[in-house]
Amino acid sequence: MSADVELENVWIRFGDFVAAREVNITIPGGSFFSFLGPSGCGKTTLLRAVSGFMEPSEGRVKIGGKDMAGIGPNKRPTALIFQNLALFPLMTVWENIAFALEVKGVGKAERRKRADELLDLIALPDQGEKMVHELSGGQKQRVAIARALAAEPDVLLLDEPLSALDLKLRQHMRTELRAIQQRVGITFIYITHDQGEALTMSDNVAVMSEGVIQQVTDGNTLYDHPETSFVASFVGENNLFRGRVKETNAQQTVVETNVGPIRARTSTKAALNNGDPAFVFVRPESLKFANGAHADNNIKATVHTEEFEGHFWQVFLDVAGGDKRIKMSLVNEGTALGHAPGAEVDLSFSAELAVALPEGQLAAE
Amino acid sequence: MNPSGYFRRFFVRNGTALGTFLLLSVAFWMFVMIILPQAFMIDFSFRHNLPPAELGGAKDTYTTEHYEFMVYGSAESEGEFNTVDLGVFVRTLIAAFFVTLFDLAICYPIAYFLAHSAQGGWSRLMVLSLIVPFWVNEILRAFAFRIMFGSAGVINGFLMWLGVIDQPVDFIRENVALYAGLGYAFILLMIFPLYNAIESLDKNQIEAARDMGASWIRIHRRIVIPFAKPGISSGCTMVFMLSAGALAAPQILGGPSSLWFTQIIYQWFQTGNNWNRGSAYALILLASTIIFVLLMMKVFKVKLGEIAR
Ligand SMILES: Nc1ncnc2c1ncn2[C@@H]1O[C@H](COP(=O)(O)OP(=O)(O)OP(=O)(O)O)[C@@H](O)[C@H]1O
Ligand SMILES: [Mg+2]
Repeated sequence: MSADVELENVWIRFGDFVAAREVNITIPGGSFFSFLGPSGCGKTTLLRAVSGFMEPSEGRVKIGGKDMAGIGPNKRPTALIFQNLALFPLMTVWENIAFALEVKGVGKAERRKRADELLDLIALPDQGEKMVHELSGGQKQRVAIARALAAEPDVLLLDEPLSALDLKLRQHMRTELRAIQQRVGITFIYITHDQGEALTMSDNVAVMSEGVIQQVTDGNTLYDHPETSFVASFVGENNLFRGRVKETNAQQTVVETNVGPIRARTSTKAALNNGDPAFVFVRPESLKFANGAHADNNIKATVHTEEFEGHFWQVFLDVAGGDKRIKMSLVNEGTALGHAPGAEVDLSFSAELAVALPEGQLAAE
Repeated sequence: MNPSGYFRRFFVRNGTALGTFLLLSVAFWMFVMIILPQAFMIDFSFRHNLPPAELGGAKDTYTTEHYEFMVYGSAESEGEFNTVDLGVFVRTLIAAFFVTLFDLAICYPIAYFLAHSAQGGWSRLMVLSLIVPFWVNEILRAFAFRIMFGSAGVINGFLMWLGVIDQPVDFIRENVALYAGLGYAFILLMIFPLYNAIESLDKNQIEAARDMGASWIRIHRRIVIPFAKPGISSGCTMVFMLSAGALAAPQILGGPSSLWFTQIIYQWFQTGNNWNRGSAYALILLASTIIFVLLMMKVFKVKLGEIAR
């Protein structure tokens, strides 16, 4: 069974400090949903409110349509996988996995059978008799997942479960987690500050900053259509140009920046009026060397360095009047770019691939 | 690691001078403070109680008479066994055992609360309020207990005021005062090992168990207690050993008709002027408490090394 999770106007305060501010999210049952945000933005706090270790100061948490107020973590249809896994070191692997069944009073033979089934599910057959400390990091990871699944939760909550693993294992576990989610079909709520994880695994991602939900959508839309300056600067790389709105309509907005007017797409959500301070974001891969053909935007720049990365060329450029060095990514087409440092070049990009957003908070570098 | 390699590394790390000093001082401590005095006592316990003039004379031979006395009594006494001394001995061990259980039952919740629930300032205040009373010296504390548990003491007064009893209870004769005094005397020796053990338990483990629907009883039985077992055993060992070997509290708080085994030992040394028999009795107490503790550790599957953690 899977269940919807709804957060209705949830606020969480610690004294004067607000850890979550007016959170409204509906997570469809059976989906893989991620909260993505920098460290300290309130992700764990929000997850604890869903699992029942903490009650929101205001607002409601509903699971499967049922209001969870006053219902403890042991009574909620959720299972939480902790940031540090919290496996029981004095129990064997199978006892760890079968703990939820032990709590329910299931007999030992039945527990063992179920634990073995789950060990098969996580591809660790015949490892039941081992102690937890005899497992590798990735194996512990999978045991923690099996232990949580044994409780047959409607919602599985995962608090940065991959953060302790090395890069390779992390990438492998991403695929594995997604596969397990699709096999068991329950709702997964996943927390991470790693955007790669969030974008690859999730049906939907909520980007969070300082307790505020910035945007909720699928990974693709998040990357291509950011709605706030925080999302634009946090998800993927972006070049920023600051300025003021010169003219705007439903499709396009012209922003007068230090490097001249830039024509950009008008964001669907964020309303801009003439004269408003605005940010224009252009992704490195949207920038091109001008080839004489007509383009919406043309800017002059000086090459600082060119870095060869095999698949890509990364070109760093200085723009007269720009406050930061900008970056351009070009697919390697087999020929050297051959710009000497200091070379003057013309860049162009289409208005469709640039977005104008109201001036706002930026992600820390 | 082989021992010679270990020693070489020990000297390399500390330098020859410091290494020698450390080694010698540990050896001195072991030998002069522990082994030598106990060896004297053992030797004593196997000799006849002779007047000074005959020491080293023909009569000064080894004997097991004092150990036999403890079991069979004197030749003239009626009855096959020394029921008085054996009775006191067994009663002392049983009482010490229950004092230990009582302390464990009280200290476990306190230690758990200190380790996992109390917030910074509160827990410091609680620890302080546990420690400060022990600045009061033992004898003052014991007599204060005697007054408190006396027939005109606050406890009787309170119970009578409540109407639970209408005659004062003689807590001293019933040894209630003694057990309470002993229990209180060693409470810190129970709390601190428990606290240390429980404190190092990852809070998330408790939350994980709770998240999976475990009741508090199960969380303690399956997670906290197994984890704290080394602390529990070291606390219990200390409280048991020290209660069984306590002297001041039984002297002051014990009922007039019942003796603590240490009081018999004391009598042999002091009034009986028979140091040989006294040391035999004391060694019997030492050996039996050690055996008892090892037995308990076997039952609860605790290793000696874990206690020292
Ligand atoms: N019990 C608490 N009392 C006071 N402040 C708290 C408490 N728990 C969390 N906070 C604060 O709430 C904010 C959010 O914390 P939270 O643990 O949810 O962050 P997070 O997004 O999970 O970060 P990370 O990625 O580092 O785990 C932090 O600023 C933290 O200091
Ligand atoms: Mg966190």
